[in-house]
Amino acid sequence: MIPAEQRVILKYLDEPGYTNDIECYIRHGGYEMLRKAFTMNPEEICHEVELSALRGRGGAGFPAGMKWKFLDRKSGKPIYLICNADESEPGTFKDRQIIHKDPHQLIEGMMIAAYATGTKLAFIYIREEFPQGANILEKAIEEAQASNFVGSNILGSGYSCDIIVHRGAGAYICGEETGLIESLEGKRPYPRIKPPYFPAVLGLYQCPTIVNNVETLCNIKHIIEIGGEDYSHIGVPGATGTRIWCVSGHVLKPGYYEFAGGAITLGELIYEVCGGMRPGRRLKAVIPGGSSAKILRADERYEGHLRDGTAFDWGIDDIPLDFDSFMAVGTMSGSAGVIVMDDTVDMVQALANLNAFYAHESCGQCTPCREGSLWMKKVSTRMCNGKARAEDVDLLASISKQIEGRTICAFGEACSWPTQSFVSKFKEEFAAKASETRSSTDNNGNRLI
Amino acid sequence: MKEPENNFISVFIDEEEILVPSGINMVEATRLAGKEMPHYCYHQKLSVTGNCRMCLMEYGMPLTDRATGEPILDRRGMQKIGWLPRPAIACATKALPGIHIRTDSELVRECRNGVMEFLLINHPLDCPICDQAGECSLQEYASDYGRGYSRFVENKNVKPKRTRLGPRVMLDDERCILCSRCIRFCKEIAKDDVLGFIDRGSYSTLTCFPGRSLENNYSLNTVDICPVGALTSIDFRFKMRVWFLKETASICTESSVGVNTLAGCREGKIYRITPRRNDEVNDTWMPDSGRILHNPVDSDDRLVHYTIDGKHTLVEEAAKKAADILSKGAVAVVGSGRASVEEQYLLRKIASAVNAVSVSLVSRTGEGDGLLISADRNPNVRGALLTGLIEQLPHANLTNLATDVETGKVKTILSLGEDLTQCGLGRDLLEKSNLIYFGTHCNETGEVAHVLFPTLTVFEKSGSFLNQQFRLQTFHTAVPGPAGIRPDIDSLGKLLHCLDPETIPPSNTVDIWASMSSGIPQFAGVSVENIPKTGLLIDGSQWAQLPFIEGKSLHYDPATQQSEAMNISK
Repeated sequence: MIPAEQRVILKYLDEPGYTNDIECYIRHGGYEMLRKAFTMNPEEICHEVELSALRGRGGAGFPAGMKWKFLDRKSGKPIYLICNADESEPGTFKDRQIIHKDPHQLIEGMMIAAYATGTKLAFIYIREEFPQGANILEKAIEEAQASNFVGSNILGSGYSCDIIVHRGAGAYICGEETGLIESLEGKRPYPRIKPPYFPAVLGLYQCPTIVNNVETLCNIKHIIEIGGEDYSHIGVPGATGTRIWCVSGHVLKPGYYEFAGGAITLGELIYEVCGGMRPGRRLKAVIPGGSSAKILRADERYEGHLRDGTAFDWGIDDIPLDFDSFMAVGTMSGSAGVIVMDDTVDMVQALANLNAFYAHESCGQCTPCREGSLWMKKVSTRMCNGKARAEDVDLLASISKQIEGRTICAFGEACSWPTQSFVSKFKEEFAAKASETRSSTDNNGNRLI
Repeated sequence: MKEPENNFISVFIDEEEILVPSGINMVEATRLAGKEMPHYCYHQKLSVTGNCRMCLMEYGMPLTDRATGEPILDRRGMQKIGWLPRPAIACATKALPGIHIRTDSELVRECRNGVMEFLLINHPLDCPICDQAGECSLQEYASDYGRGYSRFVENKNVKPKRTRLGPRVMLDDERCILCSRCIRFCKEIAKDDVLGFIDRGSYSTLTCFPGRSLENNYSLNTVDICPVGALTSIDFRFKMRVWFLKETASICTESSVGVNTLAGCREGKIYRITPRRNDEVNDTWMPDSGRILHNPVDSDDRLVHYTIDGKHTLVEEAAKKAADILSKGAVAVVGSGRASVEEQYLLRKIASAVNAVSVSLVSRTGEGDGLLISADRNPNVRGALLTGLIEQLPHANLTNLATDVETGKVKTILSLGEDLTQCGLGRDLLEKSNLIYFGTHCNETGEVAHVLFPTLTVFEKSGSFLNQQFRLQTFHTAVPGPAGIRPDIDSLGKLLHCLDPETIPPSNTVDIWASMSSGIPQFAGVSVENIPKTGLLIDGSQWAQLPFIEGKSLHYDPATQQSEAMNISK
């Protein structure tokens, strides 16, 4: 039996006749939670969010309530809220759906969050590649302003806050929150060093700033609806609430699917929800959380202990879809972009493709990531072009080790984890490349970015 | 832990405890511990960006029990250290009380090896033709932390070579390691934000903003702070290998700021002037305009002979002749704000020995830039005040002197280094008087002088200047002067001896300082050997009421200077 989705965020979004205008949203009970929020204290809302144990949906899974708590409210400086809509992680396409089909849900969630955090001005930083999304959001904000859900003295509460939509210029690094802030300030999006530039203290224009993902902010609305306590009972501890999984790759029904945390396993997601592999093909590997997450090999077994001490012994199909289980098997749920690969995939080429992406997107600020990402791209591309050497396998592993943990931002990990995991888990494929003697044509017709 | 003194905290570097001022970062703390924390992008006087990752280190803090606040002890009874799993950059890590760092662990060495390898893979190894070779951080750290061989077999990135960023600075982008020091310098210090990166990742390229050029008067500082050979001085490039240069501490004579400099010379020729760090005066910077002041040293119009009425002679004969002329009386002395304190002191002695009718000084003024060039373009007006040569601030024109010559009140003029024809005394007027001239270069005053003493430039002699802060700073002989020319203090001393045989000619700075420190209260106890590298502040409160023309500069504020002086005098 196909496990039923538990749609909370996506509840109305794909219903026939559901449009992204405000009338439709209000017809479906929209902005009621904003009204409810204004009957509460900002502190109460923050408390509810903390109770909900909501974890950020952007990739790092940081508890949202704690992030809000770090906010420096005593500085006397204005507080800013930024919605991170720079959804750039390859394999991730959930925020786009929300923005395109249900923008008011995001705006409502944002306004509740803004009220709770005492935000003076809110921003939506949307990636350049979502031009339509930006137009939809701008129109939605205008509608919300006209109905006094956004702007001055919202719903007579005395609280005022506006939302500004800011379009990026096409850089993956702007998804990193301090890079995003720099970009929003009009500079090159070089991520800031932490310490001292923690956004909650020294964020946008050196003022306290909260940066939350689109899906995270949408969840705020639902926390207000059912209360933090009840919200925390959805899903499993450590993965409360629902999560939208974006499945792409060699499955029959790729798409976005919303489930409560830990409700189903990776196997159920691939074989039942997504209709399984293409006919006659076998599962080879899965990248579970956006391209930066370490790859999982289909024929591997994962043994160990969860954080609460219970032992596990899983095949790839048995891994529950939640934050901690993926951690336990040595990868991460990241941005929930599940990339499925079947046995037609040449892992070296797949890695070369990812490396080309990361080399293209490295901002170039700090040495290990700047030089290492391009080096890995050059090595892996050369390996695909029939010029692999036996020592390249260890070289790739060594380069990635020299990047990981030594950079300003998490891009260092993002670009080194694919190489590390591909090389260690598919060593024989990489080694085989070295023994292949291909014709001397330069790129065999493979064109990489 | 050691008892912390005022604002000092205890930190542990490789298990060695040292006290460091609170608030400094771990690069500086490591330096204080006598160790080196390698770095490229970090610069003491610029903001911290932490992008080179060369100063990665391990660090930890002493552990305390969260519930009780009690320290957690290990088996030896020492407080346990909670080492962070990830290395951290020393430049962005503030020294915290009790912080432990490791600067030489296996992980740290691995990190440095890794960064070195990354920096070198796309770097052209063109050291044999690179001007930075010999003073290149990349070379130094490559020999300390490099792998020794390359694992890189791909094609290196290709970037622009020989880009003229401005009239004085040349850029080689392939050598650039993207540390952003130059960008930060232009933005933060020179306030001329013209540099930036374009493109991204490993293809990032340093460049000038479109339509702009790096032409501010501080542009060459970017060359000084460039840790590699990416930015080179158009004037200096390909002229001399830096390891042949002998560097001598000097003082810039451009203005009363008294920028500390180094003159790099080889075989008697100055090749370049670079700033010398002095956190009280110029930090690590100097203006471009001060770097070419060595050019006149080598010019063809240097005065190289002692002459009496145009005939070559010996210094002793010239001194005798000058003394004869001077002892006839009706003498006016013209001193110079460019002369050293010692020379001004001797000139004052001469002036009193001949009962000079007047003593004047020629002022030089210009616009101050608020940074390292002040409105007073004489380096040593305050020295003239201290030594008693003058009592009032100088004027640009010597109109009084001109009148005195016209009326016959003055019959003899002694000029130390000043071309009087530039100060309102026409050639015809000078011809009316007896003129004794001390100078470095040929000019009209020298042509009409009866007795001519060739002198040395600031690079060819030693001495001291008092800058606008009343800070006494010394400069030293970088190159020898033209053959046969005595140091200025020697010529002046000989002249003084002829005038007053009782005075033993002070032939060297030490003797002059002995005389000055006993004769000038503000110089009491000062001897030339004990002047610190950062200079010695002299009490200038006696002159606080004078209308000095300087505005604010990097480490000088006329307002606070005056109020401080008032406080001292009270």
